Amino acid sequence: MTISKEKLNELTVINKRFRRTLIDLLYKIQTGHPGGSLSCTEILTLLYFEKMNITKENLNSMGRDRFILGKGHAAPMLYITLAEKGFFPKEELQNLRQINAMLQGHPCSKTTPGVELSTGPLGLGISAGCGMAQGLKLRNEDSMVYVVMGDGEIQEGIVWEAAMAASKFKLNNLVAILDNNGVQLDGTVEEIMPMGDIRAKWEAFGWHVIEADGHDISSLSDAIDEAKGYKDGPSIINAKTVKGKGISFMEGKNIWHGKPISKDEYEAAIKELEVI
Amino acid sequence: MKKSIRDAYGEALLELGRENSEVVVLDADVSGSTKSITFGKEIPERFFNVGVAEANMAGMAAGFAATGYIPFINTFAAFMVLRAGDPIRSLIGYGKLNVKVAGAYAGMSDSYDGATHHTLMDIAFFRALQNFTVVSAADAVQAKAATKAAAFHNGPVYLRLSRAEVPVIYGEDYTFELGKGEVLREGNDVTLVATGVMVQKALEAHELLKEKGISARVVNIHTIKPIDKDLLTKCAKETGAIVTAEEHNIYGGLGGAVSEALAESCPVPIAIVGVKDVFAESGDYEQLLEKYGLAAKNILDEACKVIKRK
Repeated sequence: MTISKEKLNELTVINKRFRRTLIDLLYKIQTGHPGGSLSCTEILTLLYFEKMNITKENLNSMGRDRFILGKGHAAPMLYITLAEKGFFPKEELQNLRQINAMLQGHPCSKTTPGVELSTGPLGLGISAGCGMAQGLKLRNEDSMVYVVMGDGEIQEGIVWEAAMAASKFKLNNLVAILDNNGVQLDGTVEEIMPMGDIRAKWEAFGWHVIEADGHDISSLSDAIDEAKGYKDGPSIINAKTVKGKGISFMEGKNIWHGKPISKDEYEAAIKELEVI
Repeated sequence: MKKSIRDAYGEALLELGRENSEVVVLDADVSGSTKSITFGKEIPERFFNVGVAEANMAGMAAGFAATGYIPFINTFAAFMVLRAGDPIRSLIGYGKLNVKVAGAYAGMSDSYDGATHHTLMDIAFFRALQNFTVVSAADAVQAKAATKAAAFHNGPVYLRLSRAEVPVIYGEDYTFELGKGEVLREGNDVTLVATGVMVQKALEAHELLKEKGISARVVNIHTIKPIDKDLLTKCAKETGAIVTAEEHNIYGGLGGAVSEALAESCPVPIAIVGVKDVFAESGDYEQLLEKYGLAAKNILDEACKVIKRK
């Protein structure tokens, strides 16, 4: 089912607003990761505001869909999304990464409602996602588990251990979404550790691979629907994205993995976000 | 009479599995060694062999716990700490998830496989890991009881299990209480505080000391964290000297835990019997224990010395 025009418009507005909130927030606190937050914005909002069965009301129910942010450093955009869902007051965002606050530098399930699993060390999310998906199957729940990973993240060995297991246990309720922005902390993925043919790698591990444009809501929506409909095993959506998407001087630049935003940069960014 | 600790663990897992449908078991291709296969054979639908991929085993267990299950994960203690250490810390410890981590073949009990397969730093790791309870079994009866207690405890537990067949210390009427040390022999001159298979050595040392006219109390600390500080303080006050004994490096293990506890409550002379910060080697288990200073005689010698420091 293609996404409705109304939903498309609604999500487009949300994405624009979230990017602005993110820049305001990270400028204010002078810490946190803008690049990878901006590359997975559409992925997060589409999942939380359209695809996943998760609300404030069913947050503790076994039958809810689960989301795991493997690339935990994109926490700021996850928090903005969770606050919008009403899982905690939006005012908490202002205290991100500050002492005595709820919102940790990387997602923490013990402190933050809506965070299913603590992540940060790369690669662990997909592994836990396998266990979660298998657990839900054992309980005969038809809920889905979504895991967002970075393309730098999949250099971790445990990702491939998990990939083998998901395939062996036929976890067709597990959907990985690769936020494939081509850039990692020290440089481009091509420079640091080229991942080669990503489709071939995942297919060789027994996964159903779907290509999508990670900033095109319709494309992503179709890909998620296809993944949900695939019943023979796990699916991965290779979502082509841009690190720092939406702010020209951040786009595709590894320095924007986790750099604080200066006053001049902030003003330039805001101008761009206003004219979108 | 001797009985294998790992066989007892396998039996406990199976009984737990029969009683509680929330118990799931994972293994990393060593289920025949850890004896988790005992569970796997009868309850295959809740048994998951992840292959030689210890980190993913721990990560998956975190996911199972997040859906309400009580996962037991199994591999050699050496690989549990070093291969699965990140998900154990970052997912299970940090998330305070209800995962039971069973470290098989702990200490030098996988003796012939050599130093790569020995584990002399797991207690240090799990003691320092927030939210974890650390348990070390002295015999088959205690291993079984401790495994069941771990399942009923809500939170992450590390179970330190030996490969060895060891003399049975406890009767079948034994009841295990997490966090409580046990006085196995009374005595007034010194307290021998032991854990795991060294409890048996401490009992032997008690007899050797008796021949010398020294009255040694023997305490089994099966729960290394949280440690039974009240009992240790009482023993320190009443006997005035302590010898700890563990199949672990002298750094970061039981000796450290006891010293830290008593430094605050009742500082008395303490001697630590353990492996002296070296890698061991392949060989017969008992010969290794002897060569690396873990025989009853070593406890005896340290007891005689520590009494003089009172």
